[in-house]
Amino acid sequence: MELIHNLGLGFATALTLTNLLYCFAGVFLGTLIGVLPGLGPTATIAILLPVTFTLPPVSALIMLAGIYYGSQYGGSTTSILINVPGEAASVVTTLDGYQMARQGRAGVALATAAIVSFFAGTVTTLLLALFSPPLAELALKFGPADYFSLMVLGLVASVVLAHGSLLHAIGMVILGLLLGLVGTDVNSGMARFTFDVPALFDGIGFVVVAMGMFGLGEIVRNLENENIPLEMVATISSLMPTKEDWKRMIAPILRGTALGAAVGILPGSGSIMGSFAAYSLEKKVSKYSAEFGKGAIEGVAAPESANNAGAQTSFIPMLTLGIPSNPVMALMIGAMIIHGIQPGPLVMTEQPALFWGVIVSMWIGNMMLLVLNLPMIGLWVRIVMVPYPLLFPAILVFCAIGVFSLNNTVVDVYLMALFGLLGYIFIKLDCEPAPLLLGFILGPMMEEYLRRALLISHGNPMVFVTRPISATMLVIAAVALVLVLAPTISKKRAEVFQEEA
Amino acid sequence: MTPLIRNPKDFWAGVIYTAIGLAVIIIGKDYGMGSATKMGPAYFPTVLGALLALIGAVSVVRSFLRPGGPIGVFAYKGIVLVTVATVLFGLLVRGAGIVIAIFVLVLMSAYASVKFRWGPSIVLAFGLAVFCVLVFIKGLGIPLSMLGSWFGG
Repeated sequence: MELIHNLGLGFATALTLTNLLYCFAGVFLGTLIGVLPGLGPTATIAILLPVTFTLPPVSALIMLAGIYYGSQYGGSTTSILINVPGEAASVVTTLDGYQMARQGRAGVALATAAIVSFFAGTVTTLLLALFSPPLAELALKFGPADYFSLMVLGLVASVVLAHGSLLHAIGMVILGLLLGLVGTDVNSGMARFTFDVPALFDGIGFVVVAMGMFGLGEIVRNLENENIPLEMVATISSLMPTKEDWKRMIAPILRGTALGAAVGILPGSGSIMGSFAAYSLEKKVSKYSAEFGKGAIEGVAAPESANNAGAQTSFIPMLTLGIPSNPVMALMIGAMIIHGIQPGPLVMTEQPALFWGVIVSMWIGNMMLLVLNLPMIGLWVRIVMVPYPLLFPAILVFCAIGVFSLNNTVVDVYLMALFGLLGYIFIKLDCEPAPLLLGFILGPMMEEYLRRALLISHGNPMVFVTRPISATMLVIAAVALVLVLAPTISKKRAEVFQEEA
Repeated sequence: MTPLIRNPKDFWAGVIYTAIGLAVIIIGKDYGMGSATKMGPAYFPTVLGALLALIGAVSVVRSFLRPGGPIGVFAYKGIVLVTVATVLFGLLVRGAGIVIAIFVLVLMSAYASVKFRWGPSIVLAFGLAVFCVLVFIKGLGIPLSMLGSWFGG
C-alpha cells in the first residue's frame, strides 16, 4: 500500500510539465553525447552539470539521471551502426549488434536494444521502489564508525573492480581522498594545501576534477587513434523483431536484467561489469551459442538489458546510503550537495517528493527513449559522422566556459587544464581515474566520520571492529581484497579485463 | 642484460605517488596533528600521505622485480596543445574577451588533430563564438564580455 502511495507521489512530481521537460532534455542531451564516441556518461554529466545548477533540485537530479541512462542508450546505437561503442558499457553490443547490422538487420538490433532497455528499466524501477525504504531504514541505525567502514568497503570494491593494477588503483583512491581534503578544514578553520590561492579555500570543485580527468584526458587519448576509419551500415529497413526473434530473446532478457541488477548494486561497477557478465553467461547457456559474434540477437538483448538494469540499480546505494557506486553516482552526490541536500538515508524521509520523483522519472525517461529514439536514429548517425577535429574543440570550449561559470573564476580553468594533463599521464601509466573521483567525493565525508567515531570512542580504534555493522563491512572488504590477491582469481580477473580491452 | 626498471608504468606511477605522499606529510607538518580523540587538521592527511608514499614505494620496488609492458605512444603534441590552449583561454578570457579566447582555444587545440584544416576550424570558431556570446553572455548572463578589458569592454 505504501509502495503505491510512494509511487503516486513520484508520478505527481515527475509528471509536472517542467520536470517532464527536463527529463526529456536530459535523455536527449544524454543520447546526443552518448552517441559521440569517446565521451562516456561520466564526461557527459561533468560537462552538462553546470547547466543544472540553476534548476530546482528535483528537476536537476531528474535531468542528470536522464543524461546518464540516455548516454547508455546512445552508446548502443553507435555500437550497432558503426561498430564504435559510444561508451564502455556497450562494448559487448558491438560484437553481435554490428554483425546484425551488416546482415541488414540494423533496425531490428536497434529496436531490440530499445525494447529490452525499457523492459529492464521497468523491472529495476520497481526494485528501486521496493528495496530503497528498508535499506534506508537500516542505514538510519548507522553510527559514524559504521559509515566510515561502509565507505572503506565502497572504496575497496571500486579498487577491486577497477581495470589494471590493484596497487595503482589503491594509490588513485588515496590520491583522490587527499585531493578532496584541499580547502578549509571544517573543524579548525585551517586552510589546508591551498598554497594561499583564495579560490582553493572552498576546496577543488569536483566538476573541475571530473571535466579535466574525464573530458580533457579522454580527448587527448582519442587524438592518438584518430585514423581508424568508420564504416557505416546505411540501410535500416524493418524495425520490429520477428516472432522467432521474440522467442529467442525472452530468456536472455530475463537473465540479463537479473544479472545486471544484481551487479549494479555493487560499488565500483555500475553497468559495465553487468553487460559483460550477461554476454558471457548467454554465450555459455544459449543453444545458439555458435551464432554468437555472428549476429545473434541474444548477444544484443542480454547485455543491453543488463547494462540498463545495472545503471538503474546503481542508484540504490547512492539514494539510500549516500555512497556512490561509480563515478557517475559520485557526480550525482556532488550535485546534491551543491543543491544543499545532504545525501544519505534521510533524503527519503525529508525529501520524499525528490526521492520518488527521481525514481519514477527514470521509468518515464526510459519510455521517452523508446518512443523518441527510433525515429531519431538518422539524426544520431549524422552526428557520429562529424569529423573529430570539429568536435573536440567545441567540447573544449563548452568545458572551459562551463568550468569558469561555476565560480566565475579563471583559476578553475587552469585547474581543469592541470587535471587534464594529470589524467592523461595517469591513463598512460595504467592508473584508472574512476577510483580517484570516488575517493575525491568521499574524502571529506570519511574524515568527518572518522573524527566523530574516534571522538565518541575516546580515541579507541577498536570501535571499528566491535560495532557489528562496521565489523561486517570491514570483513567483507577484507575478504574482497584477499580474494582478488589470491593467485587463481587474480588470473581470472586479468582474463575478464582482457576480454574487455 | 635486463634493464634496471623492468616495468616503467609501475616505476613512474610509484614515483608520482611517493612524491605526492611525502609532499603531503611535509606540508601537513604545520597544521597540527592533534590526537586520535581530537583529530587535528593534519591527522587524516598525514595518515593518507604516509599510505600513498608507502604504496608508491612498493610500486617502485615492484618495477625492478616484475616485468611489464612499455608506456606506449605518448601524444606529446596533443596533450601540450590541449593543455596550453586551455590555459591560454583562461589567461585571455577576461582581458581579451570571449571571442578571442574561443578562437585561440579552438584553433590551437584543433591543430593537434592530424586531420586539421584551417578553413573548417575557423568557421567552427566563428560559430562557437556567436553561439557562446548569445547563449552564455546574453542568455545566461555569465559575467564575461565579447571584447575584454584590454579593449575597454
